[in-house]
Amino acid sequence: MNRIIEKEFITPEVFRMRIEAPEIAAKRKAGQFIILRVAEEGERIPLTIADGSAGEGWIELVVQIVGKTTKLLSMLEAGGSILDLVGPLGKPTHIENVGTVVVVGGGVGIAPAHPIAQAMKKAGNRVISILGGRNRDLVIMEKQMKAASDRVMITTDDGSYGMKGLVTDAIQKLIDEGLKINLVVAVGPPIMMKFVSLLTKKYEIPTLVSLNTIMVDGTGMCGACRVSVGSKTKFVCVDGPEFDAHQVDFDGMMQRQKMYQVQEKEAMENLKK
Amino acid sequence: MKEVPAGPAAAEMEEKKNLTPKERLQIPTQVMREQEPGERIRNVKEVPFGYTDDQAKIEASRCLQCKKAPCVAGCPVSIDIPAFIKYIHEGDYKNAVHTIKNTNILPAICGRVCPQEEQCQKGCVVGKSLGGTDKAVQIGKLERFVADWEMSQGKADPPAIKPATGKRVAIVGSGPAGLTVAADVRREGHEVTVFEALHKPGGVLIYGIPEFRLPKAIVMREVENLKAMGVEMKYNMVIGNIHSVDELFAAGYDAAFVATGAGLPMFMRIDGENLNGVYSANEFLTRANLMKAYSFPATDTPIARSKNVAVFGGGNVAMDSARTALRLGAENVYLVYRRSKTEMPARIEEVHHAEQEGVQFLLLQNPLRIVGDDKGWVKQVECIKMELGEPDDSGRRRPVPIEGSEYMLEVDTCIVAIGNSSNPLIPDTTPDIETNKWGNIIVQEATMKTSKKGVFAGGDIVLGAATVILAMGQGRIAAAAINEYLATGKW
Repeated sequence: MNRIIEKEFITPEVFRMRIEAPEIAAKRKAGQFIILRVAEEGERIPLTIADGSAGEGWIELVVQIVGKTTKLLSMLEAGGSILDLVGPLGKPTHIENVGTVVVVGGGVGIAPAHPIAQAMKKAGNRVISILGGRNRDLVIMEKQMKAASDRVMITTDDGSYGMKGLVTDAIQKLIDEGLKINLVVAVGPPIMMKFVSLLTKKYEIPTLVSLNTIMVDGTGMCGACRVSVGSKTKFVCVDGPEFDAHQVDFDGMMQRQKMYQVQEKEAMENLKK
Repeated sequence: MKEVPAGPAAAEMEEKKNLTPKERLQIPTQVMREQEPGERIRNVKEVPFGYTDDQAKIEASRCLQCKKAPCVAGCPVSIDIPAFIKYIHEGDYKNAVHTIKNTNILPAICGRVCPQEEQCQKGCVVGKSLGGTDKAVQIGKLERFVADWEMSQGKADPPAIKPATGKRVAIVGSGPAGLTVAADVRREGHEVTVFEALHKPGGVLIYGIPEFRLPKAIVMREVENLKAMGVEMKYNMVIGNIHSVDELFAAGYDAAFVATGAGLPMFMRIDGENLNGVYSANEFLTRANLMKAYSFPATDTPIARSKNVAVFGGGNVAMDSARTALRLGAENVYLVYRRSKTEMPARIEEVHHAEQEGVQFLLLQNPLRIVGDDKGWVKQVECIKMELGEPDDSGRRRPVPIEGSEYMLEVDTCIVAIGNSSNPLIPDTTPDIETNKWGNIIVQEATMKTSKKGVFAGGDIVLGAATVILAMGQGRIAAAAINEYLATGKW
């Protein structure tokens, strides 16, 4: 069960893992996620599905090492297996031909943006993808995104690759070019999604963001993942993970992400020992 | 009737057998020995130790063996209570367990978590004669005693399974309702698969009810018994997502029982509920119980390191949360409840245990808003004092705020234990299962049939938030109806 077929480091901190999971592969749609556990006393962490093949029965995750569980996951090798894997969870992205869609992926968020770009393209949209990273190494999956898009723009904070600047600069450039954008879908760090949202709100461009909040069960029972959307409490695991960006309380969400900062650091330090 | 076993206790028992009802009423209620409050809040081990052999026999001798037994009528699964107590009195524990298991497959669990004072023990003639349900025959403790006795004997005898029918039943959820149906349907010779969303079985018995009230080893053991009967358990399967109910039928299942349990937690819709340090009781208990956060960092799931905790609510889940917070090391745990103690829905025993352990009850008070510090962490909660006015729809006196009585309570953690709404996953993906306006599945009470052919439902997805035994009661009704449906094909 849940055999690891391939594992490969894309950068020193980011790795790609292909897992045998025929039932999930057959069902998963763009935008959905899984929850996994790697050890008997391990925690449950949500990860968005980056790719999959129903025919070959696998799904793929692209994971950044941010804490103990992702570190332990990164230490598993092909041939090994994932202790617990549950999914697909969350609602799929609403895919429709709306015209021109700008898909924004920031850092490791490029991975979950990939199936969305694919599906939007398949639905007949013109897809422009913007890939952002702090530096060249952190811009991942360029080839796959090119295959799924009509046009790809790349931004790096340090200018080591593509445009120097942030993904919002690239969106602004498209707007300045006079392009009519019908929808923006942004997946990445919360702060990036917040600024994409502020920009597109100014231009009244409908925008979806995919939220990756803290979860425990991930099936609509515990409420850990709650976030304020349009002043109403929503649950990312069953109401999301995608929401209308212009309604999301990003500041509240970012604050909740810090809830276990101290313990997370401690767990990482213990692991290093 | 069983022979009285020979042995040292035989003579004494022979004597007790011939007691008059009046003499039986004079036998004192047997009390289980417990861990001392000061000691037990520093561990997660079970609080009461259970009856000794002698205590069980003495307690059993208090039963009047009423012909028209009000205890049986009060039991949601109609256990033959006088019969099993008689067996205990006679020292025939094996038959005592078998008597219970005819109608209740989870006696070790029910003996611990059933609200007996509201059910079997409520109508007990002994209790009534002595003026209180606390004086009733301690049916739950006796049930627990024989169930634990059975476990101490090694492997339990699996019940007889009828010849294979070739019919297949899918059960969605492995909580008390799902496990009950699994046993009853399997006994009839049907193939049974239980689909569980989490990585461990038991539902609320595992994620919700704390270790100190229901040791998880007991739940795992009951699941092992089911597996020994041939029930297939599948974990990490969220029905609705991985397979819809229709797909289960397409895959060859002939009937389905939906027991997905409690849904999304309710919040109070007051300011500050998304601050760091505010938990739903579901989350707090799931972290502590299912994920064993009480052992962090030996386990990986963190939980707040709280000093001052406010729990909002007055039910069993609120008590469980408050007592768990104490065990996690909190110095002050306040239980804020808007009515008085009389109206509390929690079991008396749980309230009593919580008080003994030092939970501070702030009764007739209600939270107005939660105030955070500059980093977004809970700092205070503003409460207002209440008084009881006229009875409301529930028949309980309505709490009314006392103007000007607001004050600030210094806390760093808040736990909201005011109930759950329903889980949307099955109704969303199976629109022909009708739900009410709260999202609970609508069933015919006599059969637990839903509006969709072949689909039955029970437990909290039907009841809202109820108890383990009520979920099991619905499971028994559903299992009988499923067995009939599979035998006759008639819907």
